[in-house]
Amino acid sequence: MYLASTDAVATAAGNRRTRGRVTGPVLALGAVSLVTDISSEMVAAVLPLYFVLGLGLSPLQFGFLDGLYNGVTAVVRLLGGYVADRRGGHKAVAGSGYLLSALSRLGLLLAGGATAGIGAALAADRLGKGVRTAPRDALISLHSPPDALGRAFGVHRAMDTVGALLGPLAAFALLWATADAYDAVFVVSFCFGLFGVLLLVAFVPAGPPSPERSPGAGRAGRRARAAAGARSALALLRHRAFRRVCGAAALLGAATVGDAFLYLLLQRRLDFAESWFPLLPLGTAAVYLLLAVPVGRLADRFGRRGPFLAGHAALLAAYALLLLPTGGRTLLVGVLLALGVFYAATDGVLMALVAPYVPPDRRASGMAVVQTGQALSRLVAAAGFGAAWTLWGVGTALACAALALTAAIAGAAALLPRTGSSAPPAGARASERTA
Amino acid sequence: MNAFPHVSPKLRVLAVSVAAAVLATVAVTYTVRAAHDAQPTAATSAFALDRGHLYFRSTEAGAGRVARLPLTGAGRRTTDGPSCERFHASGGTGLCLLRRPGIPPKAYAVVLDGRLREKRRIALPGIPNRARVSASGRMLSWTMFTTGDSYAGGGASFSTRTSLLDTRTGYLIKNMEEIPLTLGGRRYHSPDVNYWGVTFARDDNRFYATVSTRGKTYLVRGDLRKWTAETLRENAECPSLSPDGTRLAFKKRVRGGTKDPWRLYVLDLRTMRERPLAEDRSVDDQAAWRDDGTLAYALPGRDGRKSDIWTVPADGSGRPELLVPGGSSPAVVR
Repeated sequence: MYLASTDAVATAAGNRRTRGRVTGPVLALGAVSLVTDISSEMVAAVLPLYFVLGLGLSPLQFGFLDGLYNGVTAVVRLLGGYVADRRGGHKAVAGSGYLLSALSRLGLLLAGGATAGIGAALAADRLGKGVRTAPRDALISLHSPPDALGRAFGVHRAMDTVGALLGPLAAFALLWATADAYDAVFVVSFCFGLFGVLLLVAFVPAGPPSPERSPGAGRAGRRARAAAGARSALALLRHRAFRRVCGAAALLGAATVGDAFLYLLLQRRLDFAESWFPLLPLGTAAVYLLLAVPVGRLADRFGRRGPFLAGHAALLAAYALLLLPTGGRTLLVGVLLALGVFYAATDGVLMALVAPYVPPDRRASGMAVVQTGQALSRLVAAAGFGAAWTLWGVGTALACAALALTAAIAGAAALLPRTGSSAPPAGARASERTA
Repeated sequence: MNAFPHVSPKLRVLAVSVAAAVLATVAVTYTVRAAHDAQPTAATSAFALDRGHLYFRSTEAGAGRVARLPLTGAGRRTTDGPSCERFHASGGTGLCLLRRPGIPPKAYAVVLDGRLREKRRIALPGIPNRARVSASGRMLSWTMFTTGDSYAGGGASFSTRTSLLDTRTGYLIKNMEEIPLTLGGRRYHSPDVNYWGVTFARDDNRFYATVSTRGKTYLVRGDLRKWTAETLRENAECPSLSPDGTRLAFKKRVRGGTKDPWRLYVLDLRTMRERPLAEDRSVDDQAAWRDDGTLAYALPGRDGRKSDIWTVPADGSGRPELLVPGGSSPAVVR
């Protein structure tokens, strides 16, 4: 098992330029995410069924509970990043997030038909997801050579997506075998979730890998980190380059129409057998999975700015395809392909893009700020698009979105710093000068 | 800070492998036991649609299959009808909404004849939610619930698709949301309209249903031949027309949030006055009229049962009574 070599590779990663390999901690975190995503996507896939048929609750109640805690994730993410940096406990914070999500499956099992209990379980799951994301991404960046960040995130996201693909399949297969025993889905999901936590505990190193990166590995280092954290995660926004990356991500996020809208438009345009509708996201995920690593490598070689902008251009292409009178297979394949490219070129790449601009002792906070900014602006975009659709109809709304995205891409191109792809840690220090 | 710095990599692999084996055992054992308890599904029926019976979906003996009881109260429950998630029947036609597991899972609306044999099967997207047959047995309607149709943005995405089928002509409207709607006297357009819970009048042309848009629900009255619908009042879901056609039973949202949100009401269509019924629990069902004076509806079951069928007088008097322990989807065949 490759994971056995974790520690050896981890300590080597800091000093050696290992262009040829992805480090052990990154693979370990990828494995954790894969297993965890199986666990969470299993539940997500059956939750509506469980609600309406298993419990006999109304769809309206499901919508209410499901939407309740979406905003929470964004705020909790900042907190997770801040705490991780402050205590130098990336692993502990991420681990508690994974554990909380795993335990939430037992909550679902125990809640029975009580909506309050189900609500609490869903909240715990979202809380866990919010807390763990930034420390995990910080760990990936801290355990990868700066010139291979794109690929490291590509590998992680690819593994993550494998889990997301397998989860629903596993859940539907379980329902098939047990004739709709939802409790079996929750129990199996819990087992996967707990296994993910164990993988993390056993194979992911605790903090930044080498003494030369952080001020010190021991108690002194922790104190220094605490001081750094105390200066507030948001103080990062005073750094010009970081602020620009954040601005670009938020700007683009504000022009990103949610996938659900695009799938719905696709389904309306094509009018294909509706039972295949749930499989559309799987098509996107497959493209994402295949392209995440190659695009990450490209980003490492030629700079991360290009792929990030090109990814959004792919999203623009998806809008355009839906606006043009193309139809049939071309439209379906084109849109799914474009969405897959969009994710492959933007999700992990953004983290690789921002990492060099944040000092290691504030990496988790920095990533949390970028992710939160992007997530919040996407929420605004979705609400805005929904409103535009209601007011002016779908064609006009989509045309507006396309225009907004074009403007956002131009704005982001101007904002994103042109410095090389693999700014060394020294460059990160230099960029700390306040504007 | 490393959790176990002294533990060798070999030992870690061993520990995680042992843990994985334990977890896998738990998962497999639980699944096998659940599979063992699974009820077989059936397409055949041990009985036909006969007048004077209450049909329902059993959640106890023969769980998941339709069962029946004589309306007179005397006589035992007969099990082993077709397997359905939702069931309704009237005038020699049955409507069975069912799911078939798979990847992806599929759902069907199955039209049954007077002997509960399959006549037509329509593949559907989503999760079966409501089923209704007109008194004559000619018109059918069902509602499916789909996720992922996020119009309104955010995560609270659910939508319903309500279909209408004329069994005489075979004409099927897969999604009735294109019907021209008049809301508060004005023609209304919005992509977020959702219909559910249709009930038909005796003429097989008039119907009532729920429409929701922008976070509000309305009772609508529709005309199939003219293909129009207009809202009658706000906050009324899952209407059910009395056999004499004078009153509508519906569930009214009396509280926000998810805790006990609904209460059963009856609306007199002549005076347009509504009256709460003696049932004070939250009823999330499209009620069925047992006769012109009594309603039957499902509630979460007592004593560990999944669902029970209760009755309550339709005029607001009296008290709820337990009719069928372990049942849902009540339908009276007159």
